[in-house]
Amino acid sequence: MSEAHSQPALTARQAGLVGCHSCGRVHEMGTTHCTRCGVVLHSRMPGSLQKVWAWLFAGMVVYIPANIYPMLLTTSLGHTSESTIIGGVIELVEYGSIGVALIVFVASVLIPVGKFVAIGYLALVVRPGSRMTRGSGLHGRQRLFEVVEFIGRWSMIDVFVVAILSALVQLDFAATINPGIAAVSFSLSVAFTMLAAQSFDPRLIWDAEETQAA
Amino acid sequence: MTRIVMLAATALVLMVAAVFFPFLEISAGGMVRRSSLLDAVLAFSTGMMLPLTFAVAALIIVLPVIRLSTIVYALAPMALGWHPAKHAVAAFRVAQALRPWAMAEIFIVGVSVALVKVAGLAKLSFGPAFWTFAVLVLVTVLSDNYMCRLTVWKTLEERRK
Repeated sequence: MSEAHSQPALTARQAGLVGCHSCGRVHEMGTTHCTRCGVVLHSRMPGSLQKVWAWLFAGMVVYIPANIYPMLLTTSLGHTSESTIIGGVIELVEYGSIGVALIVFVASVLIPVGKFVAIGYLALVVRPGSRMTRGSGLHGRQRLFEVVEFIGRWSMIDVFVVAILSALVQLDFAATINPGIAAVSFSLSVAFTMLAAQSFDPRLIWDAEETQAA
Repeated sequence: MTRIVMLAATALVLMVAAVFFPFLEISAGGMVRRSSLLDAVLAFSTGMMLPLTFAVAALIIVLPVIRLSTIVYALAPMALGWHPAKHAVAAFRVAQALRPWAMAEIFIVGVSVALVKVAGLAKLSFGPAFWTFAVLVLVTVLSDNYMCRLTVWKTLEERRK
């Protein structure tokens, strides 16, 4: 690792080239469309950070009602009970299925919150002129971005659980399960943070190398 | 290349079966209820939840189908050694863009969580569609693992000449 850091990497922009973000082909600077896959070329995505912040805040805002309002409405023998995301996890622990409770907790609390923090951190750190730009750890940032991009979609588990339960448990008198409004805002939150991760341009991470070399 | 096409085609066939056969079966107090994948999709179809129905349908059925068919369309001619089909480039781009949004494998994990939640309430059994869907997920993951984005783009470019 230390060897990799001793010499700053050459970015495509410094070499007078522009890489295609879709298929990876490189072109001379100034080419507008990729000759291989036809995508519009940008050396760095315009307005990438603005989009990231916009989607991230949208995701955080809808995550609040997702936790306050009930996710599931269970009617059993004429008696209705509501449970939120956290309530569902606690219920599972009481049943004794710790493993499943852990999966739900990780998917619907740890991953979303972790994603807010990770995307926010990356967007702060790659800002031009940020004091945190210098120094090593660029490989770590790239890996963090890849993990965030890969893991985001797994948060949808809880929404699917609600969908399955409310389709299945419609036993009139004995028990009925209906979806609560939190299901909507939770899935919106997941979608928004996925969009935030997608609008982040990972090439921005490596611009720190450029300033170091200069 | 041939392997990816075969796996994607298999997954498409399995998807048809998975949608129409009963998925899970629940019985409590002498009452039995079967529900298919479509029922799970339609769970949110009342009132305010309607948009979520479309979202769930898209995520677990529509997008995976589009993704698989674009993969087959773009890669099958190349697997057979022909020139790529018209718009193969656009098709493969769509397949790449949809990758994070096709959530069939996440749905399977959701099913297992739901099973544990209901276990205390009623007796559950799997329908044929559950197994086809599980195999479908496996096949999709396999074909994703065999596929190298850069190699596919390279081959597409070379064959076009």
